[in-house]
Amino acid sequence: MGGKTLYDKLWDAHVVRDNGDGTALLYIDRQLVHEVTSPQAFEGLRLADRPLWRVDANLAVVDHNVPTTDRDKGIADPISALQVETLNQNCREYGITQFGLLDRRQGIVHIIGPEQGATQPGMTVVCGDSHTSTHGALGALAFGIGTSEVEHALATQTVVQARSKRMLIRVDGKAGPGVTAKDIMLAIIGKIGTAGGTGYAVEYGGEAIRALPMAGRMTICNMSIEAGARCGMVAVDDTTIEYLRDRPYSPKGERWDQAEAYWRTLVSDEDAEFDRVVTLDAAAIKPQVSWGTSPEMVVPVDGVVPDPADEPDETKRAGMQRALEYMDLKPGTPIREIRPEKVFIGSCTNSRIEDLRAAASILRGKRIAKNIREAMVVPGSGLVKWQAEQEGLDQVFKDAGFEWRDAGCSMCLGMNPDKLSAGERCASTSNRNFEGRQGAGGRTHLVSPEMAAAAAVAGHFVDIRELEQ
Amino acid sequence: MEPLTRVEGLVAPLDRSNVDTDAIIPKQFLKSIHRTGFGPNLFDEWRYLDYGEPGQDCSNRPLNPDFVLNQPRYQGASILLARENFGCGSSREHAPWALADYGFRVIIAPSFADIFYNNCSKNGILALALPAETVQALFEATEATEGYRLTVDLPEQVVITPEGDRYSFEIDPHRKHMLVEGLDEIGLTLEHADEIRAYEQQRRAVTPWLFEDLGPA
Ligand code: SF4
Repeated sequence: MGGKTLYDKLWDAHVVRDNGDGTALLYIDRQLVHEVTSPQAFEGLRLADRPLWRVDANLAVVDHNVPTTDRDKGIADPISALQVETLNQNCREYGITQFGLLDRRQGIVHIIGPEQGATQPGMTVVCGDSHTSTHGALGALAFGIGTSEVEHALATQTVVQARSKRMLIRVDGKAGPGVTAKDIMLAIIGKIGTAGGTGYAVEYGGEAIRALPMAGRMTICNMSIEAGARCGMVAVDDTTIEYLRDRPYSPKGERWDQAEAYWRTLVSDEDAEFDRVVTLDAAAIKPQVSWGTSPEMVVPVDGVVPDPADEPDETKRAGMQRALEYMDLKPGTPIREIRPEKVFIGSCTNSRIEDLRAAASILRGKRIAKNIREAMVVPGSGLVKWQAEQEGLDQVFKDAGFEWRDAGCSMCLGMNPDKLSAGERCASTSNRNFEGRQGAGGRTHLVSPEMAAAAAVAGHFVDIRELEQ
Repeated sequence: MEPLTRVEGLVAPLDRSNVDTDAIIPKQFLKSIHRTGFGPNLFDEWRYLDYGEPGQDCSNRPLNPDFVLNQPRYQGASILLARENFGCGSSREHAPWALADYGFRVIIAPSFADIFYNNCSKNGILALALPAETVQALFEATEATEGYRLTVDLPEQVVITPEGDRYSFEIDPHRKHMLVEGLDEIGLTLEHADEIRAYEQQRRAVTPWLFEDLGPA
């Protein structure tokens, strides 16, 4: 028999029972909870008079609805405020550990989990949120679930799951200067498409992935869902282990040694077989900019907006046409001539300290261009914000003309007051460029933090590789 | 969840294909923190002439007289007759919540969108697919006969018309068991509570650090 993939190992270690109908009861080690997808789950528990199976497996935080300014004044929108207060109450009632609005550990759920060491290698991690795939960067099996499943996990510490097929995405060689994890991932999505990973558990490997720090691996795994895969993961190595050392919830003392020994087994065996293998050459990847309304609509920065006339597939051609209209772009326009009016640096994809450092390095001593109406940095967590301030990055951003905000999802989805207005064009480090995602009628271009910062300074997209010389 | 074995009820015909979950329950109502109370906003944009807001009293809102569910003859319907690809679009579980809250227990259509189909069985609604010709015949009978009722027998997997015609339908055993016993998936899983405990015990011995308390907030 052949060896096991990382996914197989994680799966097998968590099967409580095989249901015999293609599904299994899978044990959940960690559930992350946020205010938007959890209220009905708690209500369901109450109606059925069910206790939590294991209170200490849950960690809650408010992120989607929260304002990023004037926190001490509370939340102005009464409906958002109620959703936040409901989570507070549920956590109090059930005894769940929660980082509240004014806690410095508060932040985007997928930032704070790894930051606190609350999500670890070998864990199964769920959350009522599709970007839960982020935590797979630690060598965990992490995926998003619906509200009924949130309740199911709260009540039983399990979810009913069918086993996925296994895909390896191998990025060989070294990425060039100015080419970030975000560019690698956008290139992957551009290659396999937004449904390419449907039905698969994806493992990312190869030299270029191994070379990434944890922050970059999280950026990659985060956007697995944009490639259609519910979960993405990276095998454990020294980078993973060093990242976890001394995190608040990481195991301590003897338990650390025990855990580390186990974690080091969390790699795919040499002879493991995947159902599909996709390879990319890192050296060939250039900085990426999305031009359309789906994450697969992406081109290198030195390219042009594609022409639907060149697309043989009729459905795709129609989709491109619609996207061009929505984005108000003409085929053949050089990407470098596209001029955003807003710049957003944030979201669970790119709001870690490494992302802020990278953006600040471009902005040091510069000012945003006149056509940029608003540029904001929304750190992924209160602790990221604090760290950045220790390093003086806040001053760099402010001097350049950026707003320096409090942590949350913010303009990634515009559920709080941070939104695009109709017709506004934004260089954004987030993960979805769907119609209306950042605000009704808003136009999103997905880029790396460096590319967003460079666009803010130039007033149009620029090839970061030229700046760096 | 209420067990669903045999449903005998009034049929309401919704003669549109590709009814999406946004139409079933529009997005402004997703801000609710409850799973119940969506019934008055089911098909909100089709049902009322004004724009609905969450938290509004719907009893005084202007009804759209042309919408089928507003017709007196369909009041109290518990079986919804629909067209192909019912429940497509977003995965919002608010859609089956709204249908159940309104009073529907069974939805009959030629086909359903996947996620919606799954969400239904998690919420005590039987979504059952019949061949398009059969559905067409049922549409005709429902519209021709005021007070047209159907009997749906889940254990027998059959739909019975007043004329005595019997149409059998397929459903997977897991889903059927859940609905017939009135179990939500949580109830089913808790039947295996001992196995979950045994798993935890064994796991606790091997990976004790996974069971550490996160401590106070
Ligand atoms: S930052 Fe955006 S993608 Fe991430 S959890 Fe928040 S809303 Fe979702």
